[in-house]
Amino acid sequence: MQVTSQSFKSNAGAALRDAALQRALKNLKAGFPGKRAAAIAKLPEFDQLRAAGRDLKNHVLEHLDFYLERFEAKVIEQGGQVHWARDAAEARQIVLDICRSVAARRVTKGKSMISEEIGLNEFLEAHSIQPVETDLGEYIIQLRHEHPSHIIAPAIHLNRDQVADAFHAHHGPYGFTERDENPRALMNEARQVLRQQFLSADVGITGANFCIAETGTTVIVTNEGNGDLTQILPRVHIALASIEKMVPTMEDVSTLTRLLTRSATGQEITVYTTFSSGPRRPDDLDGPEQFHVVLLDNGRSGMLGGEFQDMLRCIRCSACMNHCPVYGAIGGHAYGWVYPGPMGSVLTPQLVGIDAAGQLPNASTFCGRCEEVCPMHIPLPKMMRHWREREFERHLSPTGVRFGLGAWAFFAKRPKLYRVAAGFGAWLLRRLGGRKGRIERLPLAGGWTAWRDLPVPQGRTFQQQWAARQGARS
Amino acid sequence: MSDAREQILNTLRRGLQRGPVAGERRAELEARLAHPPRNVIPARALHPHFEQVDLFVQMARNAAATVDPVTHPADVPVAVSAFLDCEGLPAELVMAPDPELAALPWSEEPALHIERRAAVDGDQTSVSLAFAGIAETGTLVLLSGPHSPTTLNFLPDTHIVVLRADRIVGAYEDAWDLLRARGQGMPRTVNFITGPSRSADIEQTVQMGAHGPLRLHIVLVGG
Repeated sequence: MQVTSQSFKSNAGAALRDAALQRALKNLKAGFPGKRAAAIAKLPEFDQLRAAGRDLKNHVLEHLDFYLERFEAKVIEQGGQVHWARDAAEARQIVLDICRSVAARRVTKGKSMISEEIGLNEFLEAHSIQPVETDLGEYIIQLRHEHPSHIIAPAIHLNRDQVADAFHAHHGPYGFTERDENPRALMNEARQVLRQQFLSADVGITGANFCIAETGTTVIVTNEGNGDLTQILPRVHIALASIEKMVPTMEDVSTLTRLLTRSATGQEITVYTTFSSGPRRPDDLDGPEQFHVVLLDNGRSGMLGGEFQDMLRCIRCSACMNHCPVYGAIGGHAYGWVYPGPMGSVLTPQLVGIDAAGQLPNASTFCGRCEEVCPMHIPLPKMMRHWREREFERHLSPTGVRFGLGAWAFFAKRPKLYRVAAGFGAWLLRRLGGRKGRIERLPLAGGWTAWRDLPVPQGRTFQQQWAARQGARS
Repeated sequence: MSDAREQILNTLRRGLQRGPVAGERRAELEARLAHPPRNVIPARALHPHFEQVDLFVQMARNAAATVDPVTHPADVPVAVSAFLDCEGLPAELVMAPDPELAALPWSEEPALHIERRAAVDGDQTSVSLAFAGIAETGTLVLLSGPHSPTTLNFLPDTHIVVLRADRIVGAYEDAWDLLRARGQGMPRTVNFITGPSRSADIEQTVQMGAHGPLRLHIVLVGG
């Protein structure tokens, strides 16, 4: 997938002017945060679980090599295969080779962010293999030639009329000639069209929310059942997982699923939690004949031992973006790559480079909601600050920002001059504000005053007040 | 083994500033895998068994499953028949070829047409036997195997699951203990199922029956 994070600012501007997107984003704000809060209110142990989840993932990261090796051994023991991929290109090639080994022509897909990360669909298409997304949201955006705008609700940027248009344009050949905007009818249409795809696919590809080292098991957490039809009907099941998805035992997975579903959709548990171990057993009446797991690194191993290690605790629940005022205003596409919102602002610079994604860590008001709701206690604002520092050190910040910070640093290092300048500045602003005490237009601050008036400073400067207060005390 | 594998493991170990896990530390990790510790278990999953049965029923219904408690195993066929009648569904079942299910008196419902096999497209109603039920969230546990093909859980529009009340446990962790006690390792697929299939991908409005069953009906025996 093409990275457009470098044009974040113009992407965000376009998103704010997009009336359909703004309409769709209201559904997000009205939905996820309230559902999460209600689910947590019903589980008094939630905070204890968060602490346990954080400690558990820290334990895994400290021994990630051990658990990866054990997971691999257990998958092989049950007749499955494990493939290691350093980067996206290796992962794509592994999947293609497996597909070619069974002369696959059609591949059904459960929802997988790793698939998005490695750009799998475009690659398979270029090699004459048809990938069919089967998660309803993913299917809708595949028809529209779009990418997900949210990690668990990929089509959250769309309204029902846009879905109806997409289905009307593509479902004629399946006998659906009437355009219908009713969500119930739309879903039924997708169910019938995709059922035929499930039955005729040669390979099924799913993601993995977790990989269990104890048993060599991959786990998917879903509501639709498409991930299950994807993996039990075709001859081959490929699970795509990134290396940090390891979890030691089934007990540990249970702790994390309690956190994941409540933080994500506000469900106590999703409809389906599916644990897949190896291919079908000799006496089984159904299930895949081959089971492959692709373990993707793609820059993650380099995060261990560094200031971004905590990010590897992320279980992709989406709570951070669901509660982010920036995401809520512009949606996910403006972030310009696979992972949007606060978790994306931390992860994307690591995975695609700070040169391409340096603007993302600035896409935050540092209100702290993301860290507050993160079930894994990931210090997202702190890590965005790390990226801002790196961006500044590498001279990647915009000229205006560098100039402003330079000017501020000049005064800050000269306290007397700073005091004089601050006093003068306050006086000047008061003059500009006139009798109204508000400034409607200000050079260099047009972005602010275009939307609201700037109240002028009142009374003395902070430093003057501080000095007076200290004097009064002594 | 592949270069990629070695390189990834080496980078991890460089970051962790150590070699492969060895000695005492390794023994600790092995022990943790051999005897998995439980983490935090919600209090509601720790109540006595009779309360767990009630909680299971309540949670399953919250998740939009229907639950029909019957007293004896012998009551299951008539309960299934009645459900099909009530829902206006044809008296045709594709049933898991499980000996415990086969032992039920299906012959007392002669109108029922039963086939024992995996599901195929077009099958309307399936019947499976649950391995366990988990009260914490009203979740059914189904294991794949020669007696219980996984397609039954997903292809038909209506899924009927027979669950013995004495197989209801409190927490997920209790279900894992039952599975380990079975002593056959992991089956190919363990399905946790909580209510019928659904999606909220269109305007965040929940619609039932996305790709899996539109209806999930639980016949609870001895509850």
